[in-house]
Amino acid sequence: MSRLRNFNLRDFGASIWARWNRPTRTLFVLAVISLVSLLPFAASWGPTSFMNTPITSFQNVLVYPVGMFVLMALGLNIVVGKSGLLDLGYIAFFAIGAYSQAILSTFFGWSTWVILPFGIGFAMISGVLLGLPALRLRGDYLAIITLGFGEIVRIVALNLEVTGGPSGIAGIPNPPGFFGVKFDIMHPQNFFWVVLILILLTIWMIRRFTVRRPGRAWEAIRQDEDVAELMGVNTLVYKLWSFVIGAAVGGAAGVIFASKVMVISPDMFKFDISIFILACVVFGGIGNIWGVVLGASVLAYLPERIRFLADSRQLVFGLVLVLMMNLRPDGLLPRKKREKITEKGSK
Amino acid sequence: MNFSVIGSQFWSLAFQGLALGLIYSLVSLGYTMVYGVLRLINFANSEVFMVGTFSVLYLQINILGVPIGEPALHGVKLIAYLAISLIGSMIVCALLAILVELVAYRRLRARGANRLASLISAIGVSIALLEGFSMLTGARGQIAPRLLDKWSFGEFAGANFRIDQVMAIVMPIVIFLILDQFVTKSRLGKSIRAVSMSEENSKLMGININQVITLTFCIGGLTTGAAAFLYTTVYENTVFNVGFNMGIAAFTAAVLGGIGNLRGAFYGGLALGMLEQFASAILGSQWKAITVFVVLVIILLFKPNGLFGEAVQQTRT
Repeated sequence: MSRLRNFNLRDFGASIWARWNRPTRTLFVLAVISLVSLLPFAASWGPTSFMNTPITSFQNVLVYPVGMFVLMALGLNIVVGKSGLLDLGYIAFFAIGAYSQAILSTFFGWSTWVILPFGIGFAMISGVLLGLPALRLRGDYLAIITLGFGEIVRIVALNLEVTGGPSGIAGIPNPPGFFGVKFDIMHPQNFFWVVLILILLTIWMIRRFTVRRPGRAWEAIRQDEDVAELMGVNTLVYKLWSFVIGAAVGGAAGVIFASKVMVISPDMFKFDISIFILACVVFGGIGNIWGVVLGASVLAYLPERIRFLADSRQLVFGLVLVLMMNLRPDGLLPRKKREKITEKGSK
Repeated sequence: MNFSVIGSQFWSLAFQGLALGLIYSLVSLGYTMVYGVLRLINFANSEVFMVGTFSVLYLQINILGVPIGEPALHGVKLIAYLAISLIGSMIVCALLAILVELVAYRRLRARGANRLASLISAIGVSIALLEGFSMLTGARGQIAPRLLDKWSFGEFAGANFRIDQVMAIVMPIVIFLILDQFVTKSRLGKSIRAVSMSEENSKLMGININQVITLTFCIGGLTTGAAAFLYTTVYENTVFNVGFNMGIAAFTAAVLGGIGNLRGAFYGGLALGMLEQFASAILGSQWKAITVFVVLVIILLFKPNGLFGEAVQQTRT
């Protein structure tokens, strides 16, 4: 029993990974990516058709919620998991991205691919504007400020004319196609592949950051902010960086989301979604990319899969959350245990 | 922008803000007490409040048999019924808060899990309660029976001193006075303070940590229950997601006053209630939440521990 409890899938995976040489690794990564990109067809293929979701189309579920939540959970993981800053208003950046797409495309007729960098830019700017005052605070004070920011963005969208008030903005155009790839309501799998590319880019970016100076600075800040500062880490700058990069990922997700669903309203950017993304991060294994991806996939997919439970599915979802946290407090796939050394010493 | 209301309705707004703010401060005790001891946001407290409002309704309609829309009660019967619903709501909330601690926090604490894990499990409890009551009530709002005939003590400079609002001001003050005495003078209260200062040291001094934590949740539940009673008495309705806005407001109040600090919760709630009333009168009620948060950000920038927060590790709770 204790062996089972101490079993750490991440370390197990890492030990296999370490044994492989470079071509094997590349091959493995490519195999996984191509397998995942075939996901949209899983529902119509016999052996995997159990994955099909009742009521909503499986391919749409793969884009939103699953793909979007994986992307946003990865973005939030930079803030909460890497540098240990509790952000309860992450949905704000998603909303900013979505409204940039909605406003710029309906008023100026820009295409989604042009808006994407702008949406990311707006989200980053708002990240700086929020971060500069808020990141001077710590812990739960930061949590409440970010929570407030999330609500502020929603309320502003609710009350301004340019955002369409409570009814939101309708008639957002789909992204223009290229190379014969069409993006419209008949081809949700194409959106999934765009989201998949964004997810892969984000994972690559996080992995690059983690082994370089910002990653080390975040790790130091997460473990002990005072010590990090004493060791010469410019904590405010690096906290701001993690905040802004997290915001950029959220903004990118928002742009794609708005161009996919074509209608957005302030109701879609409520506080519960911030909490849901945080739950994805913690449920999967805070700080560990693969854990976060798994956690977000499971949590986003589960409510759709159990739609046959109808009204009680959210209730079941809540209970699953409590149960899982009690069984595995570090999440499904916890991050690398840094206290390994002491464990070896005690044997 | 409508600044003229300050002149014409100042006392009326101030009085309503006082009543609302003190209800906030009672709920925010559920956050601040737990935070003081565990350093955790008790996320499920908003749902404890929600269950409290429904228990008041259930007691009044189904057990005491007061019909909705009937003329109000009088005399001894009125006082007895009010007392029963108050005490009933407090007991239900206290039991629920203790249950939340058992389900969401205790096991995780025993295993030394990180803070976010507890946060998520509390959120899980919160979602389950919310959805459970949404199903039970069919997601419809419910109207409370009017036990109390809402007569007024009279008017002063435009402020109407209605009995229910006066009650919503007097009762929290009494509760706070009792609680303040309890925490500073009694043996159990001292042990709560000891645990909030240092869990390790209190363990060494022979304090039963689990007992203290249960007690803290219990006290938070009791005050939240009282708030639920006052809320249903003043506003005479409830709905399954009533806890959401109340929870955010109460948590903001706790942070505003300095979280983990008993008196901070009191003043924070007061300040927030006043602020909300004046902001919605001047700017329009849709900008109320934004004003509150902007003020909160500004205050935290200059006073990072909240308005009345003492330096960390001093006389907490």
